Amino acid sequence: MKLNREWLNKEFVDLSHISDKEYVEKLTVFGQKVETYERMDAEIKNVKVGKVVSIVRHENSDHMWVCQVDVGEAEPVQIVTGAQNVHEGDLVPAALHNSYLPGGIHITKGKLRGVKSNGMLCSFAELGLTQNDVPGAYADGIWILNDEACAPGDDINAVIGNDDTVVEFEITNNRPDCYSVIGLARESAAAFGLTMRHHEPVVKGSDAGSIYDKLDVEVPAENLCNRYTARMVANVKIGPSPKWLRHRLRANGVRPINNIVDITNYVMLEYGQPMHAFDYRYIGSNKIVVREAAEGETLTTLDGNVRTLKPGMLVIADGDKPIGLAGIMGGENSEIMDDTTTVVFESANFNGTSIRQTALALGMRTESSGKFEKNLDPMMTLPAVQRACELVELLEAGDVLDGIIDILNYVPEAKELPLEADRINHLLGTDISEEDMIKYLNLLEIPVENGMIQVPSFRPDLNLMADIAEEVGRSYGYNEIPTVPFKTSTQGGYAPIMLAENKAGQLCRALGYSEIITYSFVSPAIFDNIRLPKDSVLRNALKIQNPLGEDTSIMRTIALPSMLDILSRNNAYHNKKAKLYELAKIYLPTEGQDLPAEPKMLVLGTYGAGENFFKLKGELEAVMTGLRLPKASYTAVKDNPSYHPGRCAAVSINGELLGYMGQVHPLVAKTYGLECEVYCAEINFSRAFEMMLPEPTFTPLPKYPAVTRDLSLVCGEEIPVAELENVIVSAGGKLLRSVKLFDIYRGKGIEDGKKSVAFSLELRADDRTLTDTDSEGVVSKVLKALEEKLGAVLR
Amino acid sequence: MKQQLEEIKLHALAALDAADSPAALEELRVKLLGKKGELTAVLKQMGKLSPEERPVMGQIANAVRAEIEAKLEECKASIGAKVLEAKLAAEAIDVTIPGEEVEMGHQHPMNMVLQEVKDIFVGMGYTVVDGPEVEYAANNFTRLNIEEGHPSRDRSDTFYFTDDDSILLRTQTSSMQIRFMENNQPPLCMLAPGRVFRKDEADATHSPMFHQIEGLVVAEDITMGNLKDVLITIMQRIYGHDAQVRFRPHHFPFTEPSCEMDMQCHKCHGTGEVDGKVCSTCHGEGWIELLGAGMVHPVVLENCGIDSTKYSGFAFGMGLERMAMGRLRINDLRLIFDNDMRFLNQF
Repeated sequence: MKLNREWLNKEFVDLSHISDKEYVEKLTVFGQKVETYERMDAEIKNVKVGKVVSIVRHENSDHMWVCQVDVGEAEPVQIVTGAQNVHEGDLVPAALHNSYLPGGIHITKGKLRGVKSNGMLCSFAELGLTQNDVPGAYADGIWILNDEACAPGDDINAVIGNDDTVVEFEITNNRPDCYSVIGLARESAAAFGLTMRHHEPVVKGSDAGSIYDKLDVEVPAENLCNRYTARMVANVKIGPSPKWLRHRLRANGVRPINNIVDITNYVMLEYGQPMHAFDYRYIGSNKIVVREAAEGETLTTLDGNVRTLKPGMLVIADGDKPIGLAGIMGGENSEIMDDTTTVVFESANFNGTSIRQTALALGMRTESSGKFEKNLDPMMTLPAVQRACELVELLEAGDVLDGIIDILNYVPEAKELPLEADRINHLLGTDISEEDMIKYLNLLEIPVENGMIQVPSFRPDLNLMADIAEEVGRSYGYNEIPTVPFKTSTQGGYAPIMLAENKAGQLCRALGYSEIITYSFVSPAIFDNIRLPKDSVLRNALKIQNPLGEDTSIMRTIALPSMLDILSRNNAYHNKKAKLYELAKIYLPTEGQDLPAEPKMLVLGTYGAGENFFKLKGELEAVMTGLRLPKASYTAVKDNPSYHPGRCAAVSINGELLGYMGQVHPLVAKTYGLECEVYCAEINFSRAFEMMLPEPTFTPLPKYPAVTRDLSLVCGEEIPVAELENVIVSAGGKLLRSVKLFDIYRGKGIEDGKKSVAFSLELRADDRTLTDTDSEGVVSKVLKALEEKLGAVLR
Repeated sequence: MKQQLEEIKLHALAALDAADSPAALEELRVKLLGKKGELTAVLKQMGKLSPEERPVMGQIANAVRAEIEAKLEECKASIGAKVLEAKLAAEAIDVTIPGEEVEMGHQHPMNMVLQEVKDIFVGMGYTVVDGPEVEYAANNFTRLNIEEGHPSRDRSDTFYFTDDDSILLRTQTSSMQIRFMENNQPPLCMLAPGRVFRKDEADATHSPMFHQIEGLVVAEDITMGNLKDVLITIMQRIYGHDAQVRFRPHHFPFTEPSCEMDMQCHKCHGTGEVDGKVCSTCHGEGWIELLGAGMVHPVVLENCGIDSTKYSGFAFGMGLERMAMGRLRINDLRLIFDNDMRFLNQF
């Protein structure tokens, strides 16, 4: 909501002694936040009114003129112009040497075909004005100022009315009253502890007849229209509005059109009550019907667009057709024209939600609908229509007919609240006297009688003690409320899983992985991208009914594609390698539950030199060990379509599958534009968290030395190392403390189809030094088991 | 014989002085003191002496031997030092050659800032909780006093999963106020960071998914003065003790009174201008909006079964992206979700 300070100062409360900066800061901390403010003369500098003393033809041009221009200085200034509408004695805008025009245009002196020109004569467009701002001015030449009551040397800004500041406020939803000059004047006055002036519109009337003889109004859609007020004006003389009115419209971003339309816009700005003017000629059957649109009914709105309507949308209709879209925009068929003679002013109160939904459905949010959607004060329709008629008389734009049609589908209720000073102070943490509270409320035009607050109709937001506390608090000053620490008896802390998440992050980073954050919603294409079978349950994802686009339309049920996406992007950025991790929520629809399960996955992803399966596996094991998880088992998985069939492992703990790791299938990688080997691991972190072992207790350090025995075995190529290891561990008994693989060999000396696998076994007893017999015993048991179970023999 | 010993001594001392390597020294030791050495050879002649002369000569011989041994040790030490010195000199390296690279991962800048915020609040007695992102409209709107038909409920603003608009992607972490109050009795202090979703196209300052940090305190006698104290403390911890803040009235359906908190612009120090031009950080306002807050609306307390005549509370919500971007001077929100290694490696 814009407000020019001239309007405020002249009509409501004179704050002209307050600087712009002080004004906006005060209003902002008072609760009316200023978004921006701008001096209207900021863009035009050093442009003056000049009087053309003489004008002669340019010696080298058949269309340019050389003017001597009196700009209030001792000597006239020579300016060359190409315009043909300038005559000796005319007053014109002269942009002098080193002047600025709107749009940052800088004017300096120069030569035009060899003749010195010390500036430029301006058209109104060059000064940022439109024909609507200066009706009657000649558009295709210099703006002639002879009728503008100015003198040579005057600053052009004063002529235009730019000696003003426009302040733009951010109005909160709960304060529809502040979408008006009067509302902001009320706030401005209260902020500075002053009382504003109010003006009661007075309509003199005429002998042109009565509205009751000319117009009927019916409101069948009574739940969508709280109030409909109308007055009529006859003998209308359409013409431009006076300068002061045009200036106020222009300052507030409204284009002046003609006196009648300008009046409706002026009243909308002043009272915050949107109004509309209909040409009476086109109101069929002399009847206005406020009703819901019929299915498929159309209306051409003032912007020239044909709108197709449907029930639920409120229209203003005459006896048979819509003539306006209620609260949003009028119809072209009843528009005010230059030859309009009789006008109906509408000042109505429509249901805010209905207006908002209609405007949204038709994609046509207007100044008017923006106001209505905030739910305006129904008490305002009458003073607004009166003000419009008063302005008609002031502007001599026509004769106001007797009578007011005022249909009220709404019973105004007086609202009272007790002033609970103690509770207010208790909530704010202040010690404000009841007297001061009353003073604050009264400044906001909220009366208090016998301890009861009489809530005015323009403040529907005041319903409870807390609402009053806000009014008192902001009047007292939020920044004046003393800050007081409070003691809490609560014990702060993290949920245990959060601590585990932190730990997992630290471990990943220590291993060189950087953290990423990706969107929770993804494209349905991800399933095909990672070659997920058509019947996979993971394809059953939650669908957003109104997504921004296909790419963000479903909630991910798997986190791998998000990682692949980021790896792909990094590859596209020519990052030679990437090592990334994410703790990513996935969203799994759950039978019998309204809301999905939202487990977190730990995803690792890498590409680049030196990355391979076993590196990733080692790192994953390090993370899982660091998280104090039981030892995981890895089994080969050939049929996970997202992974390389020979380089993928299922990761399980205690027999429960936690996730997968391995090389991403080259076809999948290719889909993501990755030609290199890509390695990923995805582990259900939420589930793993539940398996974390308790904090360990101390085990005494060994007193007796350990013995190491290396076994070089030969076995079938198909036997996984893990199986050999399992046999060794179970045959080794309690003396066997650790088994470590240290070599795998194929080639010379080993027959085809076999491999040599070498383990280092550590043996130790807690109560004695092991003898050769002890260790030989263990080794022979191990070898026997290996041979029997797996056919593995010493090399 | 005495003369013989003296000669050996003089000769030995001179030879030792002349030795220049551990090997030469060892050679001399064998030659002088070894079983077949000169001194031993002389001592072998002792048997030929008279019983009276023997102790005298023995004494002299021992003295000579001691003197040679002492000299030998002395030379050993000095040559050892020289040898070490030479070895160390030969081992010298160019210490300016870079160290072997160890790649450390980086925490995402936003989580880096979040961790700091969480730690501060935990220290102040807050419990950090997480909650569902797919949420009931009841928790996200209705019970927060956001009525049916409120613009924020529009399908142009909020993502929905059901035809009846009952299940949605939460648009604010305030839904956690409801969940926490339902399951905990006052006094309570909650901090709920998390993802939220709004239907905004991604650009330099918008994202359809972003993060908020919600705070809630409910207890007896909680005042707006307490709220101010907590927020000022937090901001000074995050932005430094000279951070200047101000409070402005604002409107949220679930708090009353409500406020927003601004921080004085760190770039222009509140003047709105830098070098005669409008400050690019605060766009000339002199202040940067940090968060929204207020006293928990009595209706919200009652909606969660908390007696609003007995308890009061405050709540606040801040945008994590804005905070991280302000702290780390990140100028485009899209960088946050782009996850470019060149970006991540900076933090």
